[in-house]
Amino acid sequence: MSAKKNININLKIWRQKNASTKGKMETYKLDNVSTDSSFLEMLDQLNEQLVNTQNEPVAFDHDCREGICGMCSLYINGRAHGPDTGTTTCQLHMRKFKDGETIFIEPWRSKAFPVVKDLIVDRSSFDRIQQAGGFVSVNTSGNTIDANATPINKSDADKAFEAAACIGCGACVATCKNGSAMLFVGAKVSQYALLPQGKIEAADRVLNMVRQMDEEGFGNCTNTGACEVECPKGISLENIARMNREYLKASVL
Amino acid sequence: MALDSKIPQGHISEKWTNHKNNLKLVAPNNRPKIDVIVVGTGLAGASAAASLGEMGYNVKAFCFQDSPRRAHSIAAQGGINAAKNYQNDGDSTYRLFYDTIKGGDYRAREANVHRLAEVSSNIIDQCVAQGVPFARDYGGLLDNRSFGGTQVQRTFYAAGQTGQQLLLGAYSALSRQIGLGNVKMYNRHEMLDIVKVDGKARGIIARNLITGELERHSAHAVIIATGGYGNVYFLSTNAMGSNVTASWKIHKKGAHFANPCYVQIHPTCIPVHGTNQSKLTLMSESLRNSGRIWVPAKKEDAEAIRAGKLRPTQIAEEDRDYYLERRYPAFGNLVPRDVASRAAKERCDDGHGIEANDTNEGVYLDFSAEIITKGKQAALIQGDSNPSDAKIQELGKKWVESKYGNLFTMYEKITDENPYETPMKIYPAVHYTMGGVWVDYNLMSSIPGCFVAGEANFSDHGANRLGASALMQGLADGYFVLPYTVSNYLADEIRTGKISTDTPEFVDAEHSVRQSIEQLINNNGTKSVDHFHKKLGLIMWNKVGMARNEKGLSEAIEEIGQLREDFYADVKVPGAANELNQELEKALRVADFIELGQLMAKDALLRKESCGGHFREEYQDAEGETLRDDENFAYVAAWEYNGSDASKSVLHKEELKYEFIKIAARNYK
Amino acid sequence: MAKSAFLKSSIAKKYWMALTGLFLCLFLVGHLIGNLQLFMSGYEGALQFNKYAYFMTTNPAVKLLSYVTYLSILFHAIDGIYLAIQNKKARPIAYAMNNPSKNSSSASRNMAVLGTMILIFIATHMINFWAKMKFGTAMPLFVKEIVDPNAGGVKQYMLIATPESPQASVPVQAPIFDNAMLNKQPNNQIIIDGHKIINKANKEVLFEGYKDLHKLTIAFFKSKAKLFNVIPNEGLFFTLFYVFSMIVLGFHLWHGFQSAFQSLGINNKFTPAIKVFGKAFSVIVPILFAIIPIYIHFISK
Repeated sequence: MSAKKNININLKIWRQKNASTKGKMETYKLDNVSTDSSFLEMLDQLNEQLVNTQNEPVAFDHDCREGICGMCSLYINGRAHGPDTGTTTCQLHMRKFKDGETIFIEPWRSKAFPVVKDLIVDRSSFDRIQQAGGFVSVNTSGNTIDANATPINKSDADKAFEAAACIGCGACVATCKNGSAMLFVGAKVSQYALLPQGKIEAADRVLNMVRQMDEEGFGNCTNTGACEVECPKGISLENIARMNREYLKASVL
Repeated sequence: MALDSKIPQGHISEKWTNHKNNLKLVAPNNRPKIDVIVVGTGLAGASAAASLGEMGYNVKAFCFQDSPRRAHSIAAQGGINAAKNYQNDGDSTYRLFYDTIKGGDYRAREANVHRLAEVSSNIIDQCVAQGVPFARDYGGLLDNRSFGGTQVQRTFYAAGQTGQQLLLGAYSALSRQIGLGNVKMYNRHEMLDIVKVDGKARGIIARNLITGELERHSAHAVIIATGGYGNVYFLSTNAMGSNVTASWKIHKKGAHFANPCYVQIHPTCIPVHGTNQSKLTLMSESLRNSGRIWVPAKKEDAEAIRAGKLRPTQIAEEDRDYYLERRYPAFGNLVPRDVASRAAKERCDDGHGIEANDTNEGVYLDFSAEIITKGKQAALIQGDSNPSDAKIQELGKKWVESKYGNLFTMYEKITDENPYETPMKIYPAVHYTMGGVWVDYNLMSSIPGCFVAGEANFSDHGANRLGASALMQGLADGYFVLPYTVSNYLADEIRTGKISTDTPEFVDAEHSVRQSIEQLINNNGTKSVDHFHKKLGLIMWNKVGMARNEKGLSEAIEEIGQLREDFYADVKVPGAANELNQELEKALRVADFIELGQLMAKDALLRKESCGGHFREEYQDAEGETLRDDENFAYVAAWEYNGSDASKSVLHKEELKYEFIKIAARNYK
Repeated sequence: MAKSAFLKSSIAKKYWMALTGLFLCLFLVGHLIGNLQLFMSGYEGALQFNKYAYFMTTNPAVKLLSYVTYLSILFHAIDGIYLAIQNKKARPIAYAMNNPSKNSSSASRNMAVLGTMILIFIATHMINFWAKMKFGTAMPLFVKEIVDPNAGGVKQYMLIATPESPQASVPVQAPIFDNAMLNKQPNNQIIIDGHKIINKANKEVLFEGYKDLHKLTIAFFKSKAKLFNVIPNEGLFFTLFYVFSMIVLGFHLWHGFQSAFQSLGINNKFTPAIKVFGKAFSVIVPILFAIIPIYIHFISK
């Protein structure tokens, strides 16, 4: 049986009323946090306390709370999704923190992810990159060829899946010292570049997605590898290399 | 108003084809003049928006999340069924149809389910063409696995993230249409009412969740694809934002709500650990292939475990009660979800639960036997016919890791216990709602021009859904049904022209939404929204949960009625209406959940039989199995709204006729 | 349409950084091979080094390569600075609490700073050697010192001619043969122009020698003079500065070498080998560069 334990913590949280006002770090004290709680449940508890004391609760993005929707974010103690690796914030648990610890909670910081309120940022730039080319141009008639008509090498299919496992949370951008979105874009470009269905328009795809990425104001990749370490889904840097390759092919050939 | 399900004539295998041949069409040059609103961007919504967009309609799509890619379809783990028969094990459209009807405990519409089975193969073709990376075997062809309630391998999957891959596929198709300008996407918008003009759905009122602004959007047809209502229980495997509001708003404006009491409780979730818990996490059904479910046979052992004085590994083999294997020797640990869930509840209610939470609800899912079996096998393969215990353990754990590694890691992250060493603790949790908005064969609700797709409608799963069928239904509705049936409806709208949002209907609808928001904001109560939501959840779980009875249901109707009054009297919603206000969003959703909860209790009370996910304690056989009453209850209960007191709602019955399948009792012994 | 972005897109900038960076790695190897000749002692060593310097400044192929090198350095620096500015802009508000050491090496995060330091080093290095060699009018020609034991240890000096020289090697009075010395002579008709001695009046080339870069180098690191009239023993200061700069270069290469391959899209089964090679390169090359000034300052006579 895991020992039931409660801890008291101090929180330093970014508060910002809306996109057009300036924000600042505020300090809160929260007692009796169960170490079995998830990080977001701890924030629920803080918000309950804030509401009960006639204060405005902290706004933060979250939805599925099982690590797959990519909606939760948060830069916790200087790291995207907190101190654990391979974990989204919603799957981070309070047992990773010590009694009396001060925890810094900040929104993703990127020009392309402007703060909407408190800890919520606008990640629609990712959507626009996707709209620029993150698809196979096939109509949804269902009258395509049989799914098994084109065998796909298992290793390519597996690699495509691993790239496609990206949840679009933006931790790569948040953690990159340059605010670069290359891991996100690289993963999408790779998924399609690895599959025969996606190869046909691979050149246009990579050129258009990279153009959109640049227009959104993301920084450049300097290969620090931080994104790969902090990615909750472990998306590999190989995907960035593949995108670089695809881009070169598309530009030169 | 009589319910007309509009099921086409003819043989079951020809109904859909004939129907499609007779549906009206809209010419390509007319489509851009027609607006369609799609609310929700999960599998059903995203696929519908993408399909209608590429046909040339002017589509507006709405989701409350920050991106259409976040919809909760993304969390589906296991797979998607399709009658491809790639494994050559005797699968066919008819078999998938039959399994789904039987799995639904003979409470689904034959024609709809057959259509679902017919288009299932197209879904796989479509998704592969879109670049969805399904699992493949070494020959490069698609792999399949088997799932509960079937005897064939027809489930296509992408590791444990099939829902994610399918949703991202639909999202990519949607993104393409957004990029082309055929679909306009409204992220962080929540639909708060439907607008009817001359009885037809003509638009919606949506709240911009960032600015708080109320927006009027008009359209010639409105599609609701906003998922299920499992969050009425507060704790469920649904996403935090999953809500019934869109469905409930159209219900209030005239759409019937069908079979609300059909709720699927998934047997393998991580048990509740504390009062601050916000969410239950599913452990894939596939674990039941390798794990044995048990509780201590002696109550004093269970008590000692809860007190932390005894560890499960210390309980001797003869003191363990493998209750599923005991009760259902034929299917053992692989009985359908509803059966496994009820059996767990029965043991815990009897005092054998092992989790030290408020309700002692939890049972063990034990992999130790599988570790030994697989360890010995692996040793044999290595040529070691007399391996040491340590080697058996090592090899066995390695096998388990290769098969379920990611689930075990997730379990350990959440519970801080190592499931390789100590049995997993699991308990059933609310997972999926088979009930939903009543729709006819064309997926149109009782409001003309208002269509409902995916989990939000009631149509295909009867009283219980089989694993890997939800993804199939969502995509079938969006890709292959709505494009035809919505066009058929819109064929009569080509002369309508642009619909103004300045009409009194829009003004009134916006006004009433504004009023309900202001009422909540200015309420000056003392208790948070979650306080009421948790209370509602407890009533629902205890009295409208896995096992229901007349007394409990009657009490629930009373208590929820009281809760509704308390909610409006004492809820505190901080902040303002004209800003991003998550508490307000929750309050608006919970207000609808409260009304729905009451209707669920009422529906459950009136359904005096046990079927699928609906188990009435009064209606069971001597061995505690469900007793269906086909004589009196082979109907869809479609409720008509009649004021916020749901107990006054009016029941309409749609008789279920089984012409092509012989009704039989489900038996898993 | 999109192809026109090839030069300015984020990925294209990475290609240029990678290509110029890798070319500069090659340059480092060439430069190092030349520098290692400073370990050779005595007349033969000095001659060898000066001959090498002569070759490097006169050979047309080398000249072409050198222009590519200048361009690479410039492009690598300008592109790098431009990228750094863009990257800075991509995060207008910094984190109050950041813990990047958990996910990346400090070298990888500080390429711009390291690069700027290297650029400063290159500038001073070029002022001290390249510019003097190329434009300096005070550059002496290489003179061989002959100690004749028969003449009682009297030192004699011989101005060494290149194979192209119109005149063979000639004896001279002093060990240093430069313009300063020539100008002291009344009615001086000749002048050193580069490595040539020419007749001022008719520009006739009288003699071609080797510029004595060896002497310049030794003197540079052994100088006891005060730098800017402030720092005593400037030779020691230069030595330490060079060693420090090579450490900086090492860190820059530690990340940069493998990073270039990643930028060019090469991340495959050879990547582990590339990484090992890159790390070895980033340690060995700067160390070899650095021990040269140390040797000159502390060990060589």
